[in-house]
Amino acid sequence: MSFYGLVDGSEKSLLKFLEQLSGVDQVGADSRAAMLATRSIKTTSKKWAIDTAISMVDLTTLEGADTPGKVRALCSKAVRPDPIDPTVPSVGAICVYNDMVEIARTHLDAIGGEHVPVAAVSTAFPSGRASMEVKIQDTQDAINAGAAEIDMVIDRGAFLAGKYGMVFDEIVKIREICGEKAHLKVIFETGELVTYDNVRKASYLAMLAGADFIKTSTGKVAPAATPPVVLVMLEAVRDFYTITQRKIGVKPAGGIRTTKDAIKQLVLVNETAGPDWLTPQLFRIGASALLNDLLMQRMKMSDGYYASPNYVSID
Amino acid sequence: MTFEYAPAPESRAIVSIKPKYGHFINGSFVAGKKHFPTINPATEEVLSLISLGGVSDVDKAVAAAQKAYTKSWSKLSGKERGKYLYRIARILQERAREFAVLETLDNGKPIRETRDIDIPLVAAHFFYHAGWADKLDYAGLGHSPKAYGVAGQIIPWNFPLLMLAWKVAPALATGNTVVLKPAETTSLTALLFAEVCQQAQLPDGVVNIVTGDGSTGAAIVNHPGIHKIAFTGSTEVGKKIARAIAATDKKATLELGGKGANIVFDDAPVDEAVEGIVNGIFFNQGHVCCAGSRLILQESIAEEVIEKLKVRMSKIRVGDPLDKNTDLGAINSKEQLVKIKELSAIGDAEGAQRWSPQCNLPDKGFWFAPTIFTGVTQANRIAQEEIFGPVLSVLTFRTPQEAIDKANNTPFGLSAGIWSEKGSRIFWASQHLKAGVIWANTFNKFDPASPFGGYKESGWGREGGKHGLAAYLKNGKETGAK
Repeated sequence: MSFYGLVDGSEKSLLKFLEQLSGVDQVGADSRAAMLATRSIKTTSKKWAIDTAISMVDLTTLEGADTPGKVRALCSKAVRPDPIDPTVPSVGAICVYNDMVEIARTHLDAIGGEHVPVAAVSTAFPSGRASMEVKIQDTQDAINAGAAEIDMVIDRGAFLAGKYGMVFDEIVKIREICGEKAHLKVIFETGELVTYDNVRKASYLAMLAGADFIKTSTGKVAPAATPPVVLVMLEAVRDFYTITQRKIGVKPAGGIRTTKDAIKQLVLVNETAGPDWLTPQLFRIGASALLNDLLMQRMKMSDGYYASPNYVSID
Repeated sequence: MTFEYAPAPESRAIVSIKPKYGHFINGSFVAGKKHFPTINPATEEVLSLISLGGVSDVDKAVAAAQKAYTKSWSKLSGKERGKYLYRIARILQERAREFAVLETLDNGKPIRETRDIDIPLVAAHFFYHAGWADKLDYAGLGHSPKAYGVAGQIIPWNFPLLMLAWKVAPALATGNTVVLKPAETTSLTALLFAEVCQQAQLPDGVVNIVTGDGSTGAAIVNHPGIHKIAFTGSTEVGKKIARAIAATDKKATLELGGKGANIVFDDAPVDEAVEGIVNGIFFNQGHVCCAGSRLILQESIAEEVIEKLKVRMSKIRVGDPLDKNTDLGAINSKEQLVKIKELSAIGDAEGAQRWSPQCNLPDKGFWFAPTIFTGVTQANRIAQEEIFGPVLSVLTFRTPQEAIDKANNTPFGLSAGIWSEKGSRIFWASQHLKAGVIWANTFNKFDPASPFGGYKESGWGREGGKHGLAAYLKNGKETGAK
């Protein structure tokens, strides 16, 4: 088998490919991300950024306490984030555990949210500690229930043990299960991979294995989507596009709670991967609390003052 | 739709510029006789009129500095001098935004740099030297080292207030008094600093500022009442100063030109190296004596690095220096712009390939797009001469030794950069490079604790750190200065 003509799927060819990647200097990556965080986004550009960010939110609930009621409420919010203002766009997707997919899909369809896809976390999320059979079944279940996007986790234990072939094979397998039915997002849990060199390696590993999106974190481990981590991933998709002419998406998730954080992410995208990536097809933000802050900032921009939090729904 | 950043200008309401300025002598402003305009190089708007200091103004300033040295400053303990320096540092921090806006208006550099780099470093220099003032006996500079008396200081236009801080802070910490001349095109922040001296109640005459041009500088250099000269500027003027003070008892530190080599090995962290190349040559419009103006690339990765550099350069935001999102501001003066254009034309004539990203330069003011020349060789003038603008010459090498040989093949020796993920290579290269400052996997980073200065025609002596103190003390060791 050939993967973009770059590796043949054997561990040896993978190792060879990963070895020739240039290293990441941590100090340099941190300072570039810090510099981009000083960009000042005002007035018209801020307005545009807020709406773009809303359309990129993967509105997420991943709790042991999730109930059908909770998921339905979240779906309603996803379709019409501000019930009073129809100019607010729907979010990018709803992100739930696999057993909630059907409930979410049915409810979305019932309320005119056919355009909002359901993403399911998969492969024994969040730890990834299960047999391959279980991971495959987990993914298959979600797709059968109507998931259009699969957010799988990689086996970080295997990655840190240097078993890149194993990590690769798992992604390839899940890619196969997804087929044409579902987009595949591959979660690295960068807080466990720790180094930027690892983030870069994992990015290429996932892209080569067929990921449609690379995603920072599960939201269960801190630190999650720090700006330098996202920077390194954006560099990877940019350079992968140069080599293969295929655009892979990026999804930071975890720790992005304010409009300011979200706009910083958009600046990173704009000045690293480039404006082509500023679309929900290629950039998503995994978040829950963020949406309300975006809505409040949006109201502030149109009304000129900060509304009370009672003006946005708590779902 | 694309993500266009709306204008985000910093307000200039915080600064109040007087229509005309005098000299700052003996604690107060003294009207000058002749004046010349200082302009905003981004708009060519006249900001104010600056006094042109002559021999008599310098005489008065030196007399005030001598008196202050004898009557007050030399009588104070180090601890008391330190208090004044701490006070100045705190006031500079409190008024940081005012200084940043004024510096940007008068110099043309982006507000992001004055706000995040220049002014914080200025305050850091005063804090650092304030701490030394009462510890000079224990600095390893000999027993009870003594000040020279009056130091004459001449500073350039590229980092106006920062260069003032590099000069004034160590001079005062070591017990000298000062006559300082800011550059002709950038006097305003020095004159605002004079107000800070008043606000800090620094004894009259300890800091004197005489504005003017080269003739004013010459009057300082040749003044018999001055015992120590500190100059930052061109190698050409540095040589003149060296000739002028030959056979006198004047000591001097000279920070002169450079043609810094930024060496990228094939095992470099490429994305960060590209950032470092950009920061090395486009920081402060390339008006940096230690700029990484020669990129020396290992041939095996040259193509990849140049491609990435071009992509990165097309993201550089050129324009209104007061806009918080501007990366590259205005060229400081018409004269400098002419010089940059001339040397770039020579690059074309020498057969190097010029490339600049698409960028819309403002109609008014002095502007030059970020530019690289590829296919440059050692024999080209653009590989030898300091352009002092946003123009990078790219050369290649095959072996590490060749990189070092090319890097050292210059009359200058101020700075160098090494990019490699291999520690042993970094140590080896830094041992063989003849440059006063060497950065590894970074570029253009400054710290008051780190001595700064050049080999060969890049200068005499060091500024900053313990070495910088020694240059202001009579029996100071470690100086390397005349």
